[in-house]
Amino acid sequence: MRENLHRFFRAARGVGVHVSPAESIDAMRAVSQVGFSDRTILRDALLLTLAKSQDEKLALGDCFDLFFSRPEPRQDQPEGADQDGSQDADQAPSSGVASDAEGGSPQQELGPLAQMLLSQDRNAIAAAIAGAAGAASLSDIRYSTQRGIFSSRILDAMGLQRLRDELDKLTASNPALAERLRAALDALREAVRDTVSQGLALYAREEAENLRNEILRNAPLARIERRQVAEMRALIRQIARRLRERYSKPRKRQRRGHLDVRRTLRRNAAWGGVPFLTAWKRKHRDRPKIVALCDVSGSVAQVSDFFLLLIHSLHEVVDDVRSFAFSSHLIEVSEILEKNSPEEAMAEIMSKVGFGSSDYGSSLVDFEKDFMSTLTPQTTVIVLGDARSNNLDPRADILRRISERSKRLVWLNPEGRLAWGFGDSEMPRYATFCSVVRQCATAQQLERAVSDIVATYQ
Amino acid sequence: MAEQKASTSIEAVESGLAAQGYIASRQIATAVYLSRQIEKPILVEGPAGVGKTELAKAIAAWRGMKMIRLQCYEGLDEAKALYEWKYAKQLLYTQILKDKLGEVLGGAQTLHAALDQLHDFGDVFFSKEFVEPRPLLQALEQPGGCVLLIDEIDKSDAEFESLLLEILSDFQVTIPELGTVSAITPPTVILTSNSERDLGDALKRRCLHLHIGFPEQRLEERIVESRVPGISQTLRRQMVGFIHEIRSLDLKKLPSVSETIDWARVLVLLQATELDTDTVKDTLNVLLKYEADIEAAAPQVTTFIAKAARSNVFG
Repeated sequence: MRENLHRFFRAARGVGVHVSPAESIDAMRAVSQVGFSDRTILRDALLLTLAKSQDEKLALGDCFDLFFSRPEPRQDQPEGADQDGSQDADQAPSSGVASDAEGGSPQQELGPLAQMLLSQDRNAIAAAIAGAAGAASLSDIRYSTQRGIFSSRILDAMGLQRLRDELDKLTASNPALAERLRAALDALREAVRDTVSQGLALYAREEAENLRNEILRNAPLARIERRQVAEMRALIRQIARRLRERYSKPRKRQRRGHLDVRRTLRRNAAWGGVPFLTAWKRKHRDRPKIVALCDVSGSVAQVSDFFLLLIHSLHEVVDDVRSFAFSSHLIEVSEILEKNSPEEAMAEIMSKVGFGSSDYGSSLVDFEKDFMSTLTPQTTVIVLGDARSNNLDPRADILRRISERSKRLVWLNPEGRLAWGFGDSEMPRYATFCSVVRQCATAQQLERAVSDIVATYQ
Repeated sequence: MAEQKASTSIEAVESGLAAQGYIASRQIATAVYLSRQIEKPILVEGPAGVGKTELAKAIAAWRGMKMIRLQCYEGLDEAKALYEWKYAKQLLYTQILKDKLGEVLGGAQTLHAALDQLHDFGDVFFSKEFVEPRPLLQALEQPGGCVLLIDEIDKSDAEFESLLLEILSDFQVTIPELGTVSAITPPTVILTSNSERDLGDALKRRCLHLHIGFPEQRLEERIVESRVPGISQTLRRQMVGFIHEIRSLDLKKLPSVSETIDWARVLVLLQATELDTDTVKDTLNVLLKYEADIEAAAPQVTTFIAKAARSNVFG
């Protein structure tokens, strides 16, 4: 049964429940306390030890039901039947069936599998399938394309070859029996197929999901296919949630610094310098202030969606964020982003300023004219854009003034470094005034960039 | 059979808690049983007022142990949770013992010799007598074991969680000047959280995770029965049914078990025999704590009462 538990842990990882070795040890200890006899108690115990949140509990509960939905081994068989079966696939079930066969079955010369099929002993068949599945290491299944190979491996382990030979012989000698056997074999194939599908559902989810997310995280945002957009959004939302969890609660760090010796001495002069009361220096910490400028013009249309989504999440993390969107001119979008859901906000912003041809120069002029006063020496300015200004005046001088007024100026560019400075890209001219310029083409880079910015204020 | 024993002991936990007026579901009883068997703390999550804190009290009363409670809040630190040096006492003693120190050091010829002699006495002021034990340390020092309730852990800072890790996994704390203090009898630790923030993985890993949600109708009826004995069966059914209907609404704060009990008490006080629209409307403020919620629920009251009464006929 221990083997089964280990497989259950793997299945649990598959549904996204984090099961570390330490947790599996705890689960083992808990299970050894409650035993296997009462399934609801077993379920509760596993849920208690393995799941760490309500979502995980639900997922794990489903996984448990799926995992243990197989027909149970016969009651009078010892509990270890499954385990024995996995070590030598044929022996355990055959020993159970052999006794049946002695009870008057005429087909003594048939192999164990044939006898089992003819005896119609469902429990024995189920146990044999489970055993063979163990022998074929079904838990290694990863992709749906592997279903065929695992099915045939399991059938081979159950002794299909011998059954085929016997079928050939029987067709000549005893056609009726052969017919019965053939029908039973078809049923067996079906059962095995179901087992494999179940195995796929249990064990493959983790791998497939990880793989997909990994690819998605590192895929260039600008070249996401239509059908992936929804998944990408989900991923960005995940990133945003992570950022929020990490940074949203203004963690009260100890603001107390070193002992202020002078003030302590002065305060305790009355007691002859015996320090009854202590005075401490205080650490100074900046409140985060962020100003985000997001390019939503046609050239970055694909990426700006995700940029806006991330800015939206910034609004939830940091109190003091002002955000602006621009293509040929610039507007403030803080309010839109704060009031609406990400989807609505993005649609509204896009309808107001989106998809135009970008003009960084005039957008910067707009910013300087109306919003320059929002910048303070504590502000971090983030510009999200490709710096392609359609050969119009880039007005880098305004960017210099922005940089001088603010604490930091971070430019996140969705294009690769190689493309900077070619064509109408003004990146090199702007870069001189930026504290940091980062390429920001994938979801992962986006997460790191924003995380770094927020972290400087912690 | 060990397994037979398990299910009977879980039932024993259930009935033991029931004797203290805490009606536990099977999951809760299993968690309490397991935490005792494999010596692990229980992290209880769930909405406010479903009896997370009550659980700890019930366990303490059932096992006849002392309950030590640590209420968490922002800015809670080592000095308030674990131990503190009695600074004033230390200072006072140095002043009083000034002369004594003179005698001790009197025999020393050189500064070095004096320092050596002083070293022998140096640790006197950092000994057990000068430690003020706070809840966590107190819990470890209980000879007969105790129930340690760390309430609303989600209100504390993330740093405080790390402080708890040692005590949760090994039932010990390390005081730099004194060394490691291990528990005499491992306490039963209950942590509660309202999920205001996500707790760290390290903390979660060390605990059994128990989620207490709103109870099922039957269970809630039993809870009301045990807490408010004076209430008639019909009224009890009706009011619990009504509350379950209320919980299906989209409200800011759903009424939880503590509100159910309060309401039951109120209804008994008003000597109501069954629910009627006026009584409910007058007492809705016991159940719902926001003006907006009351406004949202008020128009539905009549329908809900009818529904609750109907389910009563069949249930």
